[in-house]
Amino acid sequence: MLVLTRKNGESIKIGEDIEITIISSKNDQVKIGINAPKNIEVFRKEIIDGIQAENEQASKDISSLIKIIKNKQI
Amino acid sequence: MNIETKYHGAIEVLESETLNFKKGIPGFPMENEFVLLPLSDEDMFYVMQSVSTPDLAFVLTSPFNFFKEYDFHLEEPVVEELDLETEKDVMVFSILTVQDPFEKTTANLQAPIIINSKNNKAKQVILHNEQYNTKHPIIKKTGTKG
Repeated sequence: MLVLTRKNGESIKIGEDIEITIISSKNDQVKIGINAPKNIEVFRKEIIDGIQAENEQASKDISSLIKIIKNKQI
Repeated sequence: MNIETKYHGAIEVLESETLNFKKGIPGFPMENEFVLLPLSDEDMFYVMQSVSTPDLAFVLTSPFNFFKEYDFHLEEPVVEELDLETEKDVMVFSILTVQDPFEKTTANLQAPIIINSKNNKAKQVILHNEQYNTKHPIIKKTGTKG
């Protein structure tokens, strides 16, 4: 991992098209501005991790429950 | 083509029926092709089966069966990525995390599966909407539909 130290207002350029700016920082909270092309998705990491974990959980075998689902009159 | 499936044995599917996930889905970035198979009568539940990995399949439902107020906005980049031309072409599904007992099953409303029915391009879209998370019980505790 590349680690850089920035002051408020300073920026980082990633590749040609992505720019990260430190807007402000206070205590242990940092406000980060991100400039990236629309087709690049930007998310808080824990959100992606959460979706990934739920997908993995959802892909587990449920053969024993298939019959129940097939007959479910909801 | 013939494929092996997780819950449906060996079946034949048409190339034209396969859903195309250009970027896979979170956790499964290399899984680009799935088919939608029926699981129950009345179109309540489906299985989204990986074409290349027989052991990989997800149970899906239309979220509106259980969450009548479910509502969200698709951002422009997603509309472009799926080449969506009209709302009528949008199909929405939620991946269910099926539990034992079934009554504890939850739906991932935070990341619906969005399909363009015109070209079968698909994507699991992560919503920025903070009212949705990955574990919404489909059966409310009082035993009635949510």
